[in-house]
Amino acid sequence: MDKRVANADAAIERLCDGATILIGGFGTCGNPENLIQAVIRKGTKKLTCVSNNVGTPDFGLGLLVSERRVRKVICSFPGQNRACQQQALDGEIEIELAPQGTLVERIRAGGAGIPAFYTPTGVGTVVAEGKEVREFNGKQYLLERALHGHFGFIKAWKGDRWGNLVYRKTARNFNPVWATAADYVIAEVEELVDLGDLDPDGIHTPGIFVDAIFQGTNYVKTIEKPVMRQRA
Amino acid sequence: MGSQPQTARSEGAKERIARRVAQEMRDGYYANLGVGIPVMVANYIPEGMEVVLEAENGMLGIGPYPFEEQVDPDLINAGKEPVTEIPGSSYFHSADSFTMIRGGHVDITVLGGMEVDEHGNLANWTVPGKKLQGMGGAMDLVAGARRVIIAMEHTTKDGKPKILKRCTLPLTGVGVVDLIVTELAVIEVSPTGLVLHELADGVTPEDVQKVTEATLRVADDLKIMLT
Repeated sequence: MDKRVANADAAIERLCDGATILIGGFGTCGNPENLIQAVIRKGTKKLTCVSNNVGTPDFGLGLLVSERRVRKVICSFPGQNRACQQQALDGEIEIELAPQGTLVERIRAGGAGIPAFYTPTGVGTVVAEGKEVREFNGKQYLLERALHGHFGFIKAWKGDRWGNLVYRKTARNFNPVWATAADYVIAEVEELVDLGDLDPDGIHTPGIFVDAIFQGTNYVKTIEKPVMRQRA
Repeated sequence: MGSQPQTARSEGAKERIARRVAQEMRDGYYANLGVGIPVMVANYIPEGMEVVLEAENGMLGIGPYPFEEQVDPDLINAGKEPVTEIPGSSYFHSADSFTMIRGGHVDITVLGGMEVDEHGNLANWTVPGKKLQGMGGAMDLVAGARRVIIAMEHTTKDGKPKILKRCTLPLTGVGVVDLIVTELAVIEVSPTGLVLHELADGVTPEDVQKVTEATLRVADDLKIMLT
């Protein structure tokens, strides 16, 4: 079994207009940079993208938004991307907001075969509009439904030909959850290693969830708010 | 008459708020500190007290900001700033992060506030008509954390009250706030309304009530804020 493909372009061969793509990353950290560039090259449009943030106008998912390839974003915090907000005001893009914990649990449920669940988050707020509210043990909860994607774009640190993945530090974030909840999951890694090189105790995403894997190149990895300590 | 209350715009108000909030920490607490004044609380945790800071993007045990050569783009906090590890740090994915948050495992969450009302309702994620920010993890934090502390300036830039009878902005959570700490006062949200427990030095209860829309009941053991 060999899930390796040559590169991002080969990985998205079956991607079509109108697809729903789960895109890993928190802000600009842990972004599947090569896959996003490949979508730009391919010209695919009318996408629905599920991601915690919308990148910045010239990085990550923000690139797809700036190129006008995205018709809808499901996210918890588009704040950093003014271009996206402007398109939303102009009616070109639809932004569906979800609390971060609800967003990740909807995807987790989608990958886990759970169609819906109750959460206390958002009770009594705009998030509750149109949703069933139920009481358990004297407390109110909202019914939220699972989310699933056609494609999952996952960024990991190392992987092997079975699709086993290891992530690095806070670049992990949503990637392992997103990896469970799409029809076709593509992992881009910084280093492809031989089968058996990854310690079984240390594998973060077992390869069962992954459909294709390639070694990426030229990672930019920006930091949105560079803050540093000065030496006295 | 009462002296004119110190405004937020006076020297060191944010630091005083952060310093007072730090007094709520205990050794062994797991805490989540929001962007702005809340994250400054970390600077005032007493020497020798171990408080483990949680970042909603998947880290426990957040260390100080890095020196230039330590900056690692794979290592950021929820405010998208680079941070460092400390002995005992751990990494996990976002579903586990919100298991911790929503599942009641975080002892204290400190957030900023736009409005808090006398029912403990909080509004701190959006202003209709202004730039769309999104709620991020705020709604989960207030729904799940064991104790919710709002660290904020007492009034808006135009001097209008932020502690109201009823929030007017879209809510982050209903009845979620436990304690409000401003540069003027420490106010508890009790089942029967807001209770003024501490005053900044040189400030009277009347001074605070003048810039607070909700009615404040003065606690029997009213103290001076030590900051």
